[in-house]
Amino acid sequence: MINELISMNGYGPYVWSAFSFTLFSFTTLYFVTKLQLLKEQKRFASKFGCLNVEKAKAARSQNINREILSNTSNI
Amino acid sequence: MFKSFEPNKIFAITIKAPKYVLFLFIVVLTIGLTEALVLSPQDYKQSDAVRIMYVHVPAAWISLGIFSSLALLSIGSFVFKNKNFALIAKSLAPSGFVFNIIALVTGSIWGKPTWGTWWAWDARITSMLILALFYGMYLLAWRIYENKEQVIKVTSLIAILGVINVPIIKFSVDWWNTLHQPASINILSTNTAIHTSMLIPLGIMTAAFALFSLLIFLMKYNTELIKVKNKGLDRL
Repeated sequence: MINELISMNGYGPYVWSAFSFTLFSFTTLYFVTKLQLLKEQKRFASKFGCLNVEKAKAARSQNINREILSNTSNI
Repeated sequence: MFKSFEPNKIFAITIKAPKYVLFLFIVVLTIGLTEALVLSPQDYKQSDAVRIMYVHVPAAWISLGIFSSLALLSIGSFVFKNKNFALIAKSLAPSGFVFNIIALVTGSIWGKPTWGTWWAWDARITSMLILALFYGMYLLAWRIYENKEQVIKVTSLIAILGVINVPIIKFSVDWWNTLHQPASINILSTNTAIHTSMLIPLGIMTAAFALFSLLIFLMKYNTELIKVKNKGLDRL
């Protein structure tokens, strides 16, 4: 059963390489995108940390900024 | 009309959605892979080589679908002067490009056992390669141009020009004599040349690929929104 699945009637190298390439592309794209997101979240958090009280209060008044900060704290 | 879809209003959803989409994608992909590699039958002519179809065809469909969406969003961006359309298009493009490359590479791998060659300058394959070039130009333009107005114009132009290639890809197998087989599935008709036992895994794998492109889109869209907000903090 396992041997049949691996050999695929002689087409194993073609079938497995096609599926492997697809899964490799998915994994790479996912991690590259995830890293970019984390980098921007960290940059936002560090910029926010440098704001004075008044500016931080103004920035916090926006829902989107509060959402970014709450998600950044989970990293 | 587009007020309810403004980034400020939907960010709370788009930032939380990826983890649920990722979970659903893993579940659907696991079922799809089991169906595609183990449960689905061999083809009477191609034997097990037919299993490559389960990654090749969904990747090609989704890359075409995403490029058509880029063109529609670009037109929308011009007509409604809504920059969010450009941001959505920019976030969709990377997964579309990757699906295009997957379609080309897996098609090439499938070509060797069925046609006896890795590559042929056939109308369908060449037009898919041209689509990859349009995707490449589109993504490159976002990196090259600094001016926001200019980059939106250039990328929209690339998307609108590139979408002319989409019907050429679709009908290339009917218009020219090609090595590539004609379409086996027609969504506008119930007639299909594929048996249900193969159509079901194909549908599941297409759903998994669509979920993956949604996942990448959401993550990329969130990244772009946070970039905008980072610039906003600089201006405070």
